[in-house]
Amino acid sequence: MSGIPHDHYEPKSNGAKWLHRRLPVVGLLYDTLMIPTPKNLNWMWIWGIVLAFCLVMQIVTGIILVMHYTPHVDLAFASVEHIMRNVNGGWAIRYIHMNGASLFFIAVYLHIFRGLYYGSYKAPREVTWIIGMLIYLMMMGTAFMGYVLPWGQMSFWGATVITGLFGAIPFIGDAIQTWLLGGPAVDNATLNRFLSLHYLLPFVIAGLVIVHIWAFHHTGNNNPTGVEVRRSSRKEADADTLPFWPYFVIKDVFALAVVLVAFFAVVGFMPNLLGHPDNYIEANALATPAHIVPEWYFLPFYAILRAFDGEVWVVIAASWLTGGIVDAKFFGVIAMFGAIAVMAIVPWLDTSSVRSGRYRPMFKWWFALLVVDFMVLMWVGARPAEGIYPYIALIGSAYWFAYFLVILPLLGIFEKPLPQPATIEEDFKEHYGKSGSNGDNAATPAE
Amino acid sequence: MFRKLALTALTAFALAGTPALAAGEGGHVENIRFSFDGPFGTYDQNQLQRGLQIFTEVCSACHGLRYVPLRTLSDEDGPGIPPDQVRAYIEQNFIEVWDEELRDYRPATPNDNFPENTAAGAPDLSMMAKARLGFHGPWGTGLNSLVNGIGGPEYIAALLSGYNGHDEEMAGTFLYGNDVFPGGLISMAPPLFDGMVEFNDGHPNDVHHMAEDVAAFLMWAAEPEMMARKRMGFTAVILLILLSTLLYLTNKRLWAPVKRAAKDS
Repeated sequence: MSGIPHDHYEPKSNGAKWLHRRLPVVGLLYDTLMIPTPKNLNWMWIWGIVLAFCLVMQIVTGIILVMHYTPHVDLAFASVEHIMRNVNGGWAIRYIHMNGASLFFIAVYLHIFRGLYYGSYKAPREVTWIIGMLIYLMMMGTAFMGYVLPWGQMSFWGATVITGLFGAIPFIGDAIQTWLLGGPAVDNATLNRFLSLHYLLPFVIAGLVIVHIWAFHHTGNNNPTGVEVRRSSRKEADADTLPFWPYFVIKDVFALAVVLVAFFAVVGFMPNLLGHPDNYIEANALATPAHIVPEWYFLPFYAILRAFDGEVWVVIAASWLTGGIVDAKFFGVIAMFGAIAVMAIVPWLDTSSVRSGRYRPMFKWWFALLVVDFMVLMWVGARPAEGIYPYIALIGSAYWFAYFLVILPLLGIFEKPLPQPATIEEDFKEHYGKSGSNGDNAATPAE
Repeated sequence: MFRKLALTALTAFALAGTPALAAGEGGHVENIRFSFDGPFGTYDQNQLQRGLQIFTEVCSACHGLRYVPLRTLSDEDGPGIPPDQVRAYIEQNFIEVWDEELRDYRPATPNDNFPENTAAGAPDLSMMAKARLGFHGPWGTGLNSLVNGIGGPEYIAALLSGYNGHDEEMAGTFLYGNDVFPGGLISMAPPLFDGMVEFNDGHPNDVHHMAEDVAAFLMWAAEPEMMARKRMGFTAVILLILLSTLLYLTNKRLWAPVKRAAKDS
């Protein structure tokens, strides 16, 4: 794999040879685990393992939860309390599953922003990036439907608002919304299909994860310098890389253990911190919560959705140009999905020949601003849409689009990149040689 | 769209005349130093038993605890009332539950839940202590919850002792002025008065003390697993710190020759 020269599995015993001729599964595992990995990967390259762990953890805890859960509008809320109070260890499984979703999204955002900073999306890794974005979209769908299952107030009203987004599509929107809900409003049919899909999608994600891993095993990992591993000879490749096992497995598992310390501190001591108190009130179609707020990981995109109301000039222009077909609410929906779409097509928007942000002096600042923008949007998404908040949301949304559609294409033309190291080996030596570091850190921490 | 949706829902809600059930942002809620605060905090059994007494003598007239099993009153991590006393409690208070098979009410057993009570249209209190947010700041980020907890029991205690006498009659309904309730008017009459409940141990029974005791009891009702959860948290955190240390040393040892080679060359 990956065109990087490395050794391959050779069956030794007769049994191993027998199996290898019929199904080279040991060879596949060997090549997957022994993939030559750039030796200069820093601590931002650990989130993949954390994400894989999250997926397994969510599937295992979820399968246990569904054994005790009842998907019916009259019984769902009580069955969750049954899990919390009557099932042995049920509270632990549920709190792990509930907070596991948050860990999953923290990890995926760090993973995505790492890719954006080090240019991991650039050729030849566009397909890895696109599949990653598909996984991210499916994660959002899965998390959203999972949030509906406890049938609390925020479950019900969140489902009402989010499926209402599809109702905003001109002409066919109402029909689509009815089809999604299985009726005119969020009801038992909705709850049942959401459980079914919430159970299905994680396995689709697992399949996509395999393709994601396959894709980057074929191209080789990116690394903090963005310089490719030398492939011309085994000797040069060995100078740039180390096998994934044991060097990166041990490093990643160490990082995972540290992340889990924080995770179990949250589960043990403040499990409801990231949830919404309204979800401990049973769903009631007759009482709307004062503020309908999605889970924290949706907030940046929720802020973008709400930012474009009928008073923004682009919305007025779009409405006028389309003869009113694109109204404010449809525009908001387009903006929200567009915000993810521009991220997905970033391989073709970034015109710079330099991959890593480390050697792009101007890019660094715009990227830092994007991270701040993301945090601001997350905060403003949870605030009521009144007073100064809609303006902050609008500025934040504008920057999100400007970064991908204007700044990245132009930077490639105007920016003068810094010199890059010729090889990964050189970068590694620079870091551990002259600086006199005694090896306490495998590489620089998050830059 | 949201405005339209919210309006439709609001209209429906106004027509149905249901009380506001939302965890809205009411008045300021002061932090209370409960025994169960923080990672080391535990429930105070005496306080939970006093809270149960207040709930039984006062709150249960209108409110239910439909998700709380009666047997959990015996939990060592909870009120810790011996099983025979729980049975006596059920008998003395004539607690009955609806039986689907008998098509009639029958005396409850410890395996039943507290009965629900919707007679006065009052909300169920099983999860009230985690269905309300006491703290929102700073700047609406809710980050102070990291230090104070989400403030459910504080909200309950503040609400019970937050009546200010600015009562109003609106459309034939009498509403009571309350500093903490969102909107400032609540349909629940002031439930607690100084000296209302007599405790066996002679504990102070003014409104503030009783409000705190019943808030602590409702916190337990909402989170009966809290102490077991904190123990699990400690076990997990300590074991994972140990594992992290071992993996750190393994990782350091593993990479040392690679880094030395880079340094020497």
